[in-house]
Amino acid sequence: MAEEVILLDFWPSPFGMRVRIALAEKGIKYEYKEENFDNKSQLLLKANPVHKQIPVLIHNGKAVCESTIILEYIDEVWKHKSPLLPSDAYERAHARFWADYVDKKIYSNGRKLLMSKGEEQETAKKDWIECFKVLEGELKDKPYFAGQSLGLVDVGLIPFYLWFHTVETLANFSMEAECPKIVGWAKRCMDNDSVSNTLPDYHKVHEFLLGLKKKFGVK
Amino acid sequence: MAEEVILLDYWASPFGTRVRIALAEKGIKYEYKEENLDEKSKLLLEANPVYKQIPVLIHNGKVVCESTIILEYIDEVWKDKSPLLPCHPYERAQARFWADYIDKKIYSNSVKLLRSKGEEQETAKKDWIECFKALEGELGEKPYFGGQSLGIVDVGLVPFYLWFNTFETLANFSMGTECPKIVDWGKRCMDNDSVSKTLQDEHKIHEILVEYM
Repeated sequence: MAEEVILLDFWPSPFGMRVRIALAEKGIKYEYKEENFDNKSQLLLKANPVHKQIPVLIHNGKAVCESTIILEYIDEVWKHKSPLLPSDAYERAHARFWADYVDKKIYSNGRKLLMSKGEEQETAKKDWIECFKVLEGELKDKPYFAGQSLGLVDVGLIPFYLWFHTVETLANFSMEAECPKIVGWAKRCMDNDSVSNTLPDYHKVHEFLLGLKKKFGVK
Repeated sequence: MAEEVILLDYWASPFGTRVRIALAEKGIKYEYKEENLDEKSKLLLEANPVYKQIPVLIHNGKVVCESTIILEYIDEVWKDKSPLLPCHPYERAQARFWADYIDKKIYSNSVKLLRSKGEEQETAKKDWIECFKALEGELGEKPYFGGQSLGIVDVGLVPFYLWFNTFETLANFSMGTECPKIVDWGKRCMDNDSVSKTLQDEHKIHEILVEYM
């Protein structure tokens, strides 16, 4: 049966980017459908009635929601190429733990930093840096979180590399100075076609984030 | 090699309860270590330096944290008995989705309901009920979320069944009226030894919840 893979997504979404990278890693052909946040499609609302959010992967008519869950699904279905998770149960639990840490911490801290100002922003900046220092502790001297190649945690985290320029500018600090290993890791990720051919240009993301700040941020 | 399984836990934690149920389902012998949350042990702080939270499973010296991740680990290591996840990737993704839904919604809505008053509590109550109605939609006519037997979603959700009475009294509503399928499901779960022998006495849980108000 011919595979039909559709991705409902929104170009600046870091969560959508994760799925795009995974699909590229696995060499999966798919149809990309851009969603308009102010006018969500019938297809999206039907495919994800619970959260009404992208990304949604529709594989042969069946919808899979939540980016980290989609990554595990992709890894299980297309298991013969570029594994995102290791085979050992303990290593898998370890990878899931750190993917979950990224899910719990990075977006919310990034958003706080983006939308706030003054003391609140200073606190958000400290929290953001702290999370990445913790991640550096996990990365240690490995080229990737998964070891020698991209894994679940790498794919989950790398889209947030595009936010570095914005958070550095807004909160006046340098990720290179604070978390040099993370910056080294990110550049290494960009050496992979699946990442560099997928991630949008960071200037465009920067403009988009500034637009969000103007619309929703603390005045 | 003899298996050494240790669980760092707190008796009233719904997250710890999940792990205890899973270990019982799989018939795994383990050493239970009760943590004092006001004075966490060195073992806990070393085992889980990131969150410093229970539950933590220590299997042959290796540490696994976060209850849903622990459930998947248990399911993968002790895979020959009582599977918590189905085999098919799409079914697995669905189970993970609903386990994640519970993780995102139930505890945080519970805390809101417990600690708020007046209009804020009315909103929290509506949200709480709304979540369980969504879960009823997913359950459908199945005996369990996992189908014919307990799965990861059932194990993840059932510890909160003990909280129903407290919230009904607090916010003046009836889960039996609002979400009858969920109440039936809760009772059905209790027919399983792994659940009934693990879940705490409801009155003791009620006392603890009252302390959190």
